[in-house]
Amino acid sequence: MIRIENICKSFDGNVVLESISHEFYPGKTNLVIGRSGSGKTVLLKILVGLLQPTTGKVWYDKVDFSTLDKKQVREVRMQVGMLFQGSALFDSMTVEQNIKFPLDMFTNWTTKEKLDRVNYCLERVNLEGVNTKFPSETSGGMQKRVGIARAIVLKPRYLFCDEPNSGLDPKTALLIDELIKDITYENQITTIVNTHDMNSVMEVGDNVMLLSGGKIAWKGNKSEIIGSDNEVLQDFIFASPFLKRLRVAALEQQKTKEGKK
Amino acid sequence: MNFNLFYHFGRYVSMMGQALTKPEKFSMYWKETVRQMEAIGVGSVIIVVLISIFIGAVSALQFCYQLDGQLVPMYYVGYIVRDLAIIESAPTITCLVLAGKVGSNIAAEIGGMRQKEHIDAMEIMGVNTAAYLVTPKVVAAIVVIPLLVTIAAFVGIIGGYLASVPAGYLTDMEYMRGLRAYFDPYNVTIMYVKATVFAFLITSISSFYGYYVTGGSIELGKASTNAVVIGNIFVLAGDYVIALLLT
Repeated sequence: MIRIENICKSFDGNVVLESISHEFYPGKTNLVIGRSGSGKTVLLKILVGLLQPTTGKVWYDKVDFSTLDKKQVREVRMQVGMLFQGSALFDSMTVEQNIKFPLDMFTNWTTKEKLDRVNYCLERVNLEGVNTKFPSETSGGMQKRVGIARAIVLKPRYLFCDEPNSGLDPKTALLIDELIKDITYENQITTIVNTHDMNSVMEVGDNVMLLSGGKIAWKGNKSEIIGSDNEVLQDFIFASPFLKRLRVAALEQQKTKEGKK
Repeated sequence: MNFNLFYHFGRYVSMMGQALTKPEKFSMYWKETVRQMEAIGVGSVIIVVLISIFIGAVSALQFCYQLDGQLVPMYYVGYIVRDLAIIESAPTITCLVLAGKVGSNIAAEIGGMRQKEHIDAMEIMGVNTAAYLVTPKVVAAIVVIPLLVTIAAFVGIIGGYLASVPAGYLTDMEYMRGLRAYFDPYNVTIMYVKATVFAFLITSISSFYGYYVTGGSIELGKASTNAVVIGNIFVLAGDYVIALLLT
């Protein structure tokens, strides 16, 4: 579990996050949603230690992340996997070398053991036979899947995904969502996903936190979204007239069902 | 450009402090060091040879011109070209050229990795990025640049020979006599001290500018330029300090 307590972050006096406290549970896809500029990425960078909060604490289970020295931070990070918005695959390495990199760096496994693990991870993300391709020779969706394979290769306890669906078509985005959800459930890891993709929220949002203007505007899960009367949430989730009509229809359907009962 | 010298120096020391720590896995660092040796060393041989041959040739011709008709014997041309190559032109000019070629390359490579979030990705894996990205480059340069400087010294002397002897400014015997005259092995020590110090300065300064790059492609271009300019200034300042201390 990851717990954050009163996280505040400001850059040159400009407040980006204000008193954020929340718990992210293992075995669940924890979503941080919000409009662009709401502070999602800053929060994610604070969670993984790439940025220091102005005030507040981040707990990885019982470990206070903010009190660790650089060596201890690296030890915690070896239990962390992260999928970046732009995948962050190393251009000069093949897909196989990209996924194998953490194994080369941190394990003493034999070459065969490493290759078996790489192939297992590739199989897990439904990408087989692309070992020798370079990232530039693969599509955006494939790069995301390679990113996920690299993130899970060391069997992390915590998985972070920054906008995993950005730039992907709806079908591929759904595939990535399902993959993240399955991996989370299978391995009972604590997954935190930053997204503003509504399909993701409704598909995999076990534990959702909405950020608006650097503050928590709403907390809940995907089944509570449609019925919620939180204006910020409704403005964000059902931003387009089409989605607003869908919501009205869904609520009417719900009322009809309840009336029949 | 931020001219806060203490701020930049503090960040440079902090980066080098992180870089000079125990590697997570020696074999990975060794592999990267060998890759860098090839990039810095093999990749720079041609330009070093070309520059050195012309510098040797120009030095010889200039001294032939200046000593012609003087009381100084012509074999002094060989002696001057040899010592000039060993003490100054081979280490300093070669490293100024390498600060441009290797320095800009390193700043762009590391800066590009910063911008594409490769460095963040490595950090999150638990890699000490300052160590993994900087140390192999510094170690490779400290091994390879003195070798390049050795080549530069030899080629410079050959350049001097080719420009002066076949053209008839002095005889083969005179040039050879000059090369053998008043040889002090201590000058070779100075050459290697210079080459090692300059190798460290070029790679660490350019790594620093790449490692802390922020923004987009314009900032990356600026970082690359700064790496070359500041690298050159430090090579020349270092040249002066070494000359002051060792001669």
